Amino acid sequence: MFDGIMLGLSTVLDWNNLLYVIVGCFVGTFIGMLPGLGPITAIALMIPITYSIGADSGMILMAGVYYGAIFGGSTSSILINAPGVAGTVASSFDGYPLAKQGHAGKALAIAAYSSFIGGTIGAILLMVAAPLLAKVSLSFQSPDYVVLMFLGLTAIAAFSNKGQFLKAMMMTVFGLMLATVGIDPSSGTERFTFGQADLLDGISFLLVAMATFALAEALINVVRPEKKEVKSINDSDTPQIGSTKLSKAEVKEMAPTVGRSSLLGFIVGVLPGAGATIASFMAYATERNLAPKALKDKFGKGSLRGLAAPESANNAACTGSFVPLLTLGIPGSGTTAIMLGALIAYGIQPGPMLMEENPSVFWAVIVSMYFGNIVLLILNLPLIPYFAKVLAMPKSVLTIMILFFSLIGVYLVSFNTFDLFMMVGFALVALVLRILAFPMAPLLLGFILGDMIERNFRRSMMLSDGSLSFLWERPLTLSIFIISILVLLFPLKDFITQRRVDKAALKANQEHT
Amino acid sequence: MKLLTKTFKSFKTTVLAASLVLSSPFAMADIHFLVPGGPGGGWDTTARGVGEGLVKAGIEDNASFQNMSGGGGGRAIAYLIESGTKKGDILMVNSTPIVLRALSGKIPYSYRDLTPVASMIADYGAFVVRNDSPYKTWQDVIAAMKKDPGSVKVAGGSARGSMDHLVAAQAVKSAGLDGRRLRYIPYDAGGKAKAGLLSGEVNLLSTGLSEALEVANGGQARILAVTSGKTLPDYPQIPTLKSLGYDMEFVNWRGFFAAPNLPAEKLAQYTEKLRKLQTTPEWEAVRARNGWLNLFQEKDQFIKSLEQQEAQLKVVMEELGFIRTLR
Repeated sequence: MFDGIMLGLSTVLDWNNLLYVIVGCFVGTFIGMLPGLGPITAIALMIPITYSIGADSGMILMAGVYYGAIFGGSTSSILINAPGVAGTVASSFDGYPLAKQGHAGKALAIAAYSSFIGGTIGAILLMVAAPLLAKVSLSFQSPDYVVLMFLGLTAIAAFSNKGQFLKAMMMTVFGLMLATVGIDPSSGTERFTFGQADLLDGISFLLVAMATFALAEALINVVRPEKKEVKSINDSDTPQIGSTKLSKAEVKEMAPTVGRSSLLGFIVGVLPGAGATIASFMAYATERNLAPKALKDKFGKGSLRGLAAPESANNAACTGSFVPLLTLGIPGSGTTAIMLGALIAYGIQPGPMLMEENPSVFWAVIVSMYFGNIVLLILNLPLIPYFAKVLAMPKSVLTIMILFFSLIGVYLVSFNTFDLFMMVGFALVALVLRILAFPMAPLLLGFILGDMIERNFRRSMMLSDGSLSFLWERPLTLSIFIISILVLLFPLKDFITQRRVDKAALKANQEHT
Repeated sequence: MKLLTKTFKSFKTTVLAASLVLSSPFAMADIHFLVPGGPGGGWDTTARGVGEGLVKAGIEDNASFQNMSGGGGGRAIAYLIESGTKKGDILMVNSTPIVLRALSGKIPYSYRDLTPVASMIADYGAFVVRNDSPYKTWQDVIAAMKKDPGSVKVAGGSARGSMDHLVAAQAVKSAGLDGRRLRYIPYDAGGKAKAGLLSGEVNLLSTGLSEALEVANGGQARILAVTSGKTLPDYPQIPTLKSLGYDMEFVNWRGFFAAPNLPAEKLAQYTEKLRKLQTTPEWEAVRARNGWLNLFQEKDQFIKSLEQQEAQLKVVMEELGFIRTLR
């Protein structure tokens, strides 16, 4: 293994390749910052360029683009509440409130540090555990995915503030309903398309995310203009970015969160089909459940842990998804699927033979992950104040910019004007729901997981001849299922004890009088 | 504020650059490819590979690409029909699904609404089992199915009624079994179906040869049979269904279509260029890199094979109940 690392190092430390990492990170960050253009698009755009520079350099360039795009995606989630890719949705829950409170600099710094640590821990684990984990991940069957996604859905309990549980459930169901539009995944018939060819492929995630988050946000600014607006125009030369420095206490608070989430993220990322999105939601939910009571209430209102958890988890998961790609030739996510295509185009077959046949590529990819992470940190930390200046803009300008970028973002991906009309419709509905204090995050979660859970559930039912026995037939499935039930019941316990305390207090009060 | 405008400017240039790369409908190009799906898919790599070959071989000065996904490819077809030749020289890439989706009514057009230009490459159906599977040959699979049709779970990377399912059903039918009793388990993508096979929840994978080779070369699985008419010169060790005594043959072609009102001289130009490409080392490089197999057919021959495939698929789909027979 040591020889391998040295081989990888010598490849990456070549001047040209170092330059590719830097260029890749830079290009990736800019593409990723545009709402709607995520790592998949960024890498797809790079593939034709990489043909001419060879496999090692090509993979190194792409690793840089990949990390850059993920970091860039978090930037738009945090600053303008416009999560361009599913993996950074959870980052906006606490990142955006932090930015709103004038801590944009700190939020971006936390995102950068957490991503760096998550990515680095992921890269180390990848190196050490790749062959071992590959075998484990392969034994995951459809029923296991069903319960794993069910566990992801129990995160709703984590999104609901006090008294909002029912509202959160309603929004989840709404999200699940939206996910059923399109072609039925197992029988191939049309569902809820109303004969519209534009609805055949279902509603795109990007459209729903942009409409419910970015566009609705902009509309709220219009409907409820804040009185501070006049002030913020005057203040625009000295914006409230806040410092990018973290205090010792804050680092101490977040350290265990980052460690746990990185590990969790990596494991989830290794499973083909789970990926960064589920990893980030699960990390967020876990941290909220583990947090002491005083900190728990801060989740969703600008908790540092709530930002650090998904950020480290999604980066670790991205690295984790390279395990099945490099060792088995099976892509675990959309991004690694594109990478697989690129590798094959170089004439390299990922799989168990890769390490023996093309050791320089195998190790260059792994070592370039460290470098990608380091370069990203060095490159982006000094740039944070400039990114954050976006917030210093007067609301009236920012609102229009959000409108512009979210509409352009959706249009650039599909080139379909129908999507724009549908998006405006969704945004109006979301506006009403937001004013009525319905949370939007469960809607997105339900929407993202809806499609995956349905496919896996129906497949499981087919495999087991229509019986639900798959839930307890295999120990792996059963244990994940039990864990998710416990997670679901956990907040209920709090609820009951709280009630008892209230009742006791009431009784004591009555006795007193 | 200066820095702000700077950031904004770079934002703008990136948007501009991204939109140019993604669409470039206005770029002056000698040849413009329309891809009915997103970047990175099979259609996309075909168009970009052919474009690369044409430019590198010096047949074209320039090639541009436009991705237009939606409606299972229907949106791009509608765009090509509506804009006709007004938007310049557009070649749309497509493959077997254009025939299949027209038959099932998923897209309201067929290849007859367009000008078929030429087919370029082919992929064949292939059947794969895990290395430790008890089925050593295709005959073993058929024997097991004859005993109990439900005992063999067949995975495919797409919904029921799509290519992987129909190819498997046809293969089973050629052995005298009822295609409707085939136990087909749909996955959302080829990669997921592969993972399903390797996890052991299904016994057989029905997929394209190029994907099958990916798993087989990984050393995890074996290819039992391929649906090409003749033994493939590149892979003589894989038996064809025909050589095993089953009368079944299936080709998944990929080719190019142009607007319905394409003038005859333009068509001749396109055909000439694509024909010329066949013999160049640049094309051979692209082809070998992607593991494609050549299947160059000019317009008339191409249309003939399209008609043949349409008839073949229609029979299977009617039998399986995916299209209602008019009686």
